[in-house]
Amino acid sequence: MAERLIELRNIKKSFGRVYALGGVSLSIDKGEVVGLVGDNGAGKSTLIKILAGVVKPTSGEILVRGTPVSGWNAARSREAGIETVFQDRALAVQQSIVRNIFMGRELAGRFGWLKLGREVREAQRLMREIGFTSRVFTPRSIVGQLSGGERQGVAIARAIYNEADLIILDEPTTALSLTETAKVFHFVRQVKASGRSILFIGHNIHHVYDIADRFVVLDRGAVALEADRAEVRSAEALIAFMEDVAHPQRTPASSAASLRAS
Amino acid sequence: MTHSVGAKTGETSATGAQAFSGAEHPFTRFIDANRAPLGTLAVFLVMMGVFLTANPRVFSEWNIYRSVLTTLPVALFLVVPLVFVVTSGEIDLSFPATMGFSAWMFALVVQAGFSPYLGIVAALATGMILGLIVGSIVVYFNLSSLVATLGMNFMLRGVIQIVTEGKSIALTSLSQSPARTIFSSDVFGVPTQILWGVAFVVFSAFLYNRHRFGAQVKIVGDNPDSARQMGIDVDLVRVKTFVFVGFGAALAGIFSTLINFTWWPTAGDGYLLPALASVFVGGTPTWGGVGTVVGGAIGALIVSFIQTGVVGAGLSGFYVQFFNGLIIILSLIGHRWNQARYR
Repeated sequence: MAERLIELRNIKKSFGRVYALGGVSLSIDKGEVVGLVGDNGAGKSTLIKILAGVVKPTSGEILVRGTPVSGWNAARSREAGIETVFQDRALAVQQSIVRNIFMGRELAGRFGWLKLGREVREAQRLMREIGFTSRVFTPRSIVGQLSGGERQGVAIARAIYNEADLIILDEPTTALSLTETAKVFHFVRQVKASGRSILFIGHNIHHVYDIADRFVVLDRGAVALEADRAEVRSAEALIAFMEDVAHPQRTPASSAASLRAS
Repeated sequence: MTHSVGAKTGETSATGAQAFSGAEHPFTRFIDANRAPLGTLAVFLVMMGVFLTANPRVFSEWNIYRSVLTTLPVALFLVVPLVFVVTSGEIDLSFPATMGFSAWMFALVVQAGFSPYLGIVAALATGMILGLIVGSIVVYFNLSSLVATLGMNFMLRGVIQIVTEGKSIALTSLSQSPARTIFSSDVFGVPTQILWGVAFVVFSAFLYNRHRFGAQVKIVGDNPDSARQMGIDVDLVRVKTFVFVGFGAALAGIFSTLINFTWWPTAGDGYLLPALASVFVGGTPTWGGVGTVVGGAIGALIVSFIQTGVVGAGLSGFYVQFFNGLIIILSLIGHRWNQARYR
């Protein structure tokens, strides 16, 4: 049994009288890629914002390595080893790759003078670790010269610099071409190979199906399905299931059964 | 650069590959990292070439250069910190009044019979406090820096005029002081103040390129939201740039007073537009996130030289403004073509 990294128990979140999340439980093990899917308004964003500590849950429990954590916030989340790569990637595109990776935590000596050589070497190591190697780009290259997938790589490299155990990727393949998406998948696999866990949020079910070890389908603030990769026949089956959940023609139980039949 | 804007697709990154095939070569890397200041230097050299051709006799004499080097440092102390403010995505139009105000404090201390060194400390403290006030008003009240600093410029100048009733302060004792020898005299025909000016530029260039402060100034100007997300205190960084302008304005005020032995209530007023022009002629763009300290310094050199140069080349003083404008426009076009803008 793999080590349990983080566990959400019965998380509820309401905005006024509207329930965004109505009791969601979710756990992530060490070294596992969890794909989180669901329609618009299913509660995906709220859930990851809660994990990142940006949004406080109305009720529910968060456990880090089996221990409940009280007063969960952004700082606690980072202490627990969670790094979030938000959809907009938060990059400064006129700056170099190094400056983006060390944004806000520059390696500097006592008087604030930068240790540029060390930063470049560290950046090189991080980029190699996620397989972001290129004869064309060096850590000193400007981020604005990079393609979307490569920019995503910079954001991921920045996230793993903090020795993060769990990286949350919010829609990392949105608006990317096929080759760029492949690049991001490559980074994700490398991060996984280094023993870290990933929570992968995606609109494109095919993308999520390709990369995840386990799927969690959210629907209207509740977990509609949690299934290992081996239990799901194909991306199409997953899509069919989600359509069924959204517009039920049969009972969810029977559609879940059809999903698992192989 | 050929791969100018929005490299979003695989094709553009392929163009990038061609443009960067020589990225490993130190010389190429140097050129690439210093396009803006090198472009500004080219503008300066072309301009000097024109002047030299127009009147070889005047421009082969040291005197004309010495007269420029005497007053150039005052501009350098103003222009260089402005590069930081513009890079952070703000603007400061209050520096002329801050310069006059700080120099006023210097003049009052010296006039009261205290050491000029004490006067320097008082002026620097005044400049930094005024910078702190201006910066805090802009940042914490969330005002447009363009308008707010313009208002502060009027207000501070107003305070000077109300209190002094327009009277200047003569400081004849300064001509005998050792402070004058250190900061404003001649060593083998070279004005000492230019050495201080250059030292300030070199220090600031390191601050801009090799210090956490410079790195954060650029990030804040580039993408303040990301900076905030990554834990940078965006407001504090912005306020610091205004304090730095106050510091530079005080230095400018001290040096201009040391050169003239007199403080005028209008001290600094004439620097508003030339100093701003120097920043942009130097290659720092208006949109924030990038800039160049050395380019700004060369920009100040260009702007300082135009007046001397136009007259020295045999044209009447009426041509100065026209050439000022011409150089500004040509530089901007040159920088637009020379530097790529990334979004």
